[in-house]
Amino acid sequence: MYSKRIDGREFDELRKIEAKVGVVESADGSAMFRIGDTIAIAAVRGPRDLHPKFMQNPKRGTLRCNYNMMSFSVDERIRPGPSRRSREISLVTENALMPAVDLSDFPNSVVDVFVEIVQADAGTRCAGICAASLALADAGIPMRDMVCAISVGKVGDKILVDLNKYEEDYEEGSSDMPVAMMPRRNEISLLQLDGEIKKDEIVKALELAKKSCEKILEIQRKVLMEKYKHG
Amino acid sequence: MGLIIKEKEFVIPGDVIAEGIDYLPAGGVFREKDKIIAEQIGIVNIDNRLIKLIPLTGVYKPKPGDVVIGQVVNISFNGWSVDIGFSNLALLSVRDATSEFIERKSDLSRYFDFDDYIVAKISNVGKGNLIDLTMKGHGLEKLHNGRVIDVSPSKVPRIIGKQGSMINTLKTLSNCMVQVGQNGKVWISGENSERLIEAIRLIERESHIPGLTEKIERLLGSSGGEQ
Amino acid sequence: MDNVSREYMIKLLEKGKRIDGRKFDELRKVEINYEISKHAEGAARVKIGSTEVIVGIKLEVGEPFPDNPDEGTIIVGAEMLPLSSPDFESGPPSVDSIELARVVDRAIRESKAIDFKKLCIKEGEQVWMVLIDIYTINDDGNLQDASALAALAALKQTKIPAYDGKKVDYSKRISRLPIVSMPVECSVVKIKDKLLSDPCRDEEKVMDARLTIGITEDNNICAMQKSGKGVLKPEDISEIIDVSLKNGEKLRKLLK
Repeated sequence: MYSKRIDGREFDELRKIEAKVGVVESADGSAMFRIGDTIAIAAVRGPRDLHPKFMQNPKRGTLRCNYNMMSFSVDERIRPGPSRRSREISLVTENALMPAVDLSDFPNSVVDVFVEIVQADAGTRCAGICAASLALADAGIPMRDMVCAISVGKVGDKILVDLNKYEEDYEEGSSDMPVAMMPRRNEISLLQLDGEIKKDEIVKALELAKKSCEKILEIQRKVLMEKYKHG
Repeated sequence: MGLIIKEKEFVIPGDVIAEGIDYLPAGGVFREKDKIIAEQIGIVNIDNRLIKLIPLTGVYKPKPGDVVIGQVVNISFNGWSVDIGFSNLALLSVRDATSEFIERKSDLSRYFDFDDYIVAKISNVGKGNLIDLTMKGHGLEKLHNGRVIDVSPSKVPRIIGKQGSMINTLKTLSNCMVQVGQNGKVWISGENSERLIEAIRLIERESHIPGLTEKIERLLGSSGGEQ
Repeated sequence: MDNVSREYMIKLLEKGKRIDGRKFDELRKVEINYEISKHAEGAARVKIGSTEVIVGIKLEVGEPFPDNPDEGTIIVGAEMLPLSSPDFESGPPSVDSIELARVVDRAIRESKAIDFKKLCIKEGEQVWMVLIDIYTINDDGNLQDASALAALAALKQTKIPAYDGKKVDYSKRISRLPIVSMPVECSVVKIKDKLLSDPCRDEEKVMDARLTIGITEDNNICAMQKSGKGVLKPEDISEIIDVSLKNGEKLRKLLK
């Protein structure tokens, strides 16, 4: 039974979020997104030349995402370099952002999105996607909508949002479901599940995810306004 | 139905600006079914029935007629490859380079050499964003003795100003030569270039905030001619 | 596209001016932050002008090298992240990032900054390994000095976790890393016949050569690396050492 969250939050409450755009000066767009103790940096470079040539798409630009965790972002050091996990997350990140971007004006070129995790306390791929969405908007890449992502899940017997590491590892059972969506369009672009959960619990969790993504969208809006509206 | 977000409001990608058929999408927005939606960060601008955005960000989209600043990166037997900071290199062919007659097999580097900066005009944008340049035209020339800075392409109109008012102010007060490319490159030559660069950065940050021209005049006016 | 041609740079330098208005021996503004990553045993972020680097340090228990059975070890790695520059590509570490890491390593090792004997747990069997990982965040020149400074700042903060002989308990931080001295690094580039401290990216792109000096607290030189495809004259080297000793003092003050 998980009756009270370890950090005192409500079951539908997100950890504290801090975000900022323009954190990598020389990039075309960039952002930092922090949720609780998880910190992600995203930077966008492009549209730019794509090599090797055979990867070029003559009809539209290509989106290419790379997710990486810094070696010291977790307790047990991660050996630098891509792992199978980071490559999978790079792929699902790409698939989460693709539906949102419109690269039809940039045939044969690539928009590179780099996500680096500086500190990890669960929910890193979601934080990375939130940061990447800000960075893409910052870079002026045409987008149909912002992308917001959050993990929802079941810990013990409770459906809740934004699992921290303790909850992810909860011994009596935990299901972790990262979700990315474009909130205005009500379209889901990332969905994964680790654990065991019933269908109606998934439905409930997805509703919770949508509400949370709407909150994240407002934070993204505020952050963009800070930089752009007020100079 | 109708307008959901008012004029002069700040929008981010995905914001629904209007619903229904009363309005038409212009720049920076797109229509999906009955909604007109922002696709960039910008400020809503309404002109009769046209909704467009004053963009606060933007990627350069090359169009014929654009005056751009580029750097020669390659020379072949029939022309030059020019880097205009876009994903493809632009092509300046021999026949568009000058009104002089260039003999076949002449040394093209005599006209434009590696690393030269040029102001050119885009004559054509072909399929796959293949860009052709021309140097035939008023004001198109090789640039000497200067450096380039990057600016956001969406800020170029503000840096130029109405009828060139802002760029003329910048030139006069800083006593520098300035060329602005639609591709977000600004070429500068002169003694006071640091102050001028500060002024351009100020324009980028505060392009949509009133009182900008006075701030620029103050920034440059006090130092015109001095170090 | 190169924004500043070598020709233009040299014209400015001959008038005594640098592209960003600095004096030839002047450093850009330096910022050091420490609250970077709570899972690191030590971490720091350094900004020199717009150049930004993050260094994190992890400690692991491992076997000592056979010829130093009672000493801990350091391993320095660097990733020049593609997010930090249009010139860096994804993939295995480039030779530039290997050079960067090895020069940072050299200064720390040769200045005997860390008392390795105090990192011995069980002679011949178990020692602490200090794993220093450098990540570039934004390249506006002189990643070398920024990385060295960030590595030192991170080492200063580093705490050794608890170890019960079998497993490391990262939640308990027991003692400070035995740092004996703080070497700093200063780099100078040569463009034609002009020597410029703390090069920005535009200067690095057109340089002939760069000399990086590692300096100990007693103002001795503990490391040197000439990089770039051009040459230096012997007089250049003396001049570079002189100006770097002065700038090294300024950097070291920031570590206190």
